[in-house]
Amino acid sequence: MNEAENAKFDQRNPGADAEVTRRDFLNQITIGALGVAGFGSVAVTYQYLSPNVLFEAAAQFRAGTPDLYPVHSVTYLQDQQVYIVRMPEGFYAISAVCTHLGCITQWKEEAQMIACPCHGSKFKPDGVKIEGPAPRPLPHFALSLTADGELLVNKLQNVKNTQALKV
Amino acid sequence: MATNVNALLESLRETKVWKSIFRRGPANSNRTRSLAVFGNLFLHWMPVKVREKALHVRVSYYLGSISFLLFLILSVTGILLMFYYHPAAPNAYRDMKDLQFVVSSGVFLRNLHRLAAHLMVFMVFAHMFHVFYRGGYKPPHEFNWVIGVKLLLVTLFLSYTGYLLPWDQLAFWAVTVGTNIISAMPVIGEKIRFLLLGGHIVGENALLRFYVLHVVILPLAACVLMGIHFWRVQKDGGLTLKAKDSDGK
Repeated sequence: MNEAENAKFDQRNPGADAEVTRRDFLNQITIGALGVAGFGSVAVTYQYLSPNVLFEAAAQFRAGTPDLYPVHSVTYLQDQQVYIVRMPEGFYAISAVCTHLGCITQWKEEAQMIACPCHGSKFKPDGVKIEGPAPRPLPHFALSLTADGELLVNKLQNVKNTQALKV
Repeated sequence: MATNVNALLESLRETKVWKSIFRRGPANSNRTRSLAVFGNLFLHWMPVKVREKALHVRVSYYLGSISFLLFLILSVTGILLMFYYHPAAPNAYRDMKDLQFVVSSGVFLRNLHRLAAHLMVFMVFAHMFHVFYRGGYKPPHEFNWVIGVKLLLVTLFLSYTGYLLPWDQLAFWAVTVGTNIISAMPVIGEKIRFLLLGGHIVGENALLRFYVLHVVILPLAACVLMGIHFWRVQKDGGLTLKAKDSDGK
């Protein structure tokens, strides 16, 4: 509708520009409803694409009794991608996932360090960074003892790298 | 002989079947030529009038055309590979090995798909550099330049999603590293990685998601963008018009 027609329309309907016309009202209702439906579809699709059940290794796991690990040892647990480190002061659970880009690091017994095969980052047995593109030291996970005396690692909880579990 | 062929064609044009398909007489005037374009599904979205210069096939056309040809090769070989490939662990790796050693022509199709993919990334970059150094991003081409950048990104995503599908060590670690780069994005990075992988690790969910992206979503996006891209090339008066061409010389 051009302006001339609009003017004619307004003459027939005095006060039409002041009030919301039926057409404006229906347009707004329709656009509003489509908007709500659109946002709803995006939200539901987002939920649909976020899996609720994952078949991944559990974040909390038992790592056996403390006497499995000799003092001054670094043991790699492949399924959980965690190092169990036993030092004179106690136990640490350290992530084996490189803080650079997520490759799995390896414990080099002969060099006494943890090395990443992807981009050459190097870490001390306590996870402190020696060199390499990795921006942060390897994180330490919360470690505790179960009632029946087994080590329990919780990968969802990070702790300070000085916090050792004394057994 | 020639008259016989012409007579045959003329009699063919008089048949009911021909008329039902084309619905118009011979395109022998500007009007009927235009109508022939309008009345054809495959031509109707082409610009009816273009600059004559836009139809000259010059060296400028080659890099883009080669990229498109590679896309066609990748579509055909990719569809054929799909007949033997299951996007699941451990089948994916075995199917890839079957294609290499058991299926007739499998190794040929797989290598053609892989090499054409590498070459397409190279050609798309070459095309982009060529257009950039020729000033092809300047008006009136600026919109098509943006479409081209999106096509470059789609090409890279296609290449990246296809990289996981062999499900070997190279694929696994490349995608582990790549998706960790995504998670470096502030605030939403971790969430996008989770959605992309369908979990926290590169597992079966990730394989299936990358497969769907690789064979459905990204090729569809590429087709739509290519449609706009090619249409605009002709509509904007061919590739990389020089300044003097803008006033019709």
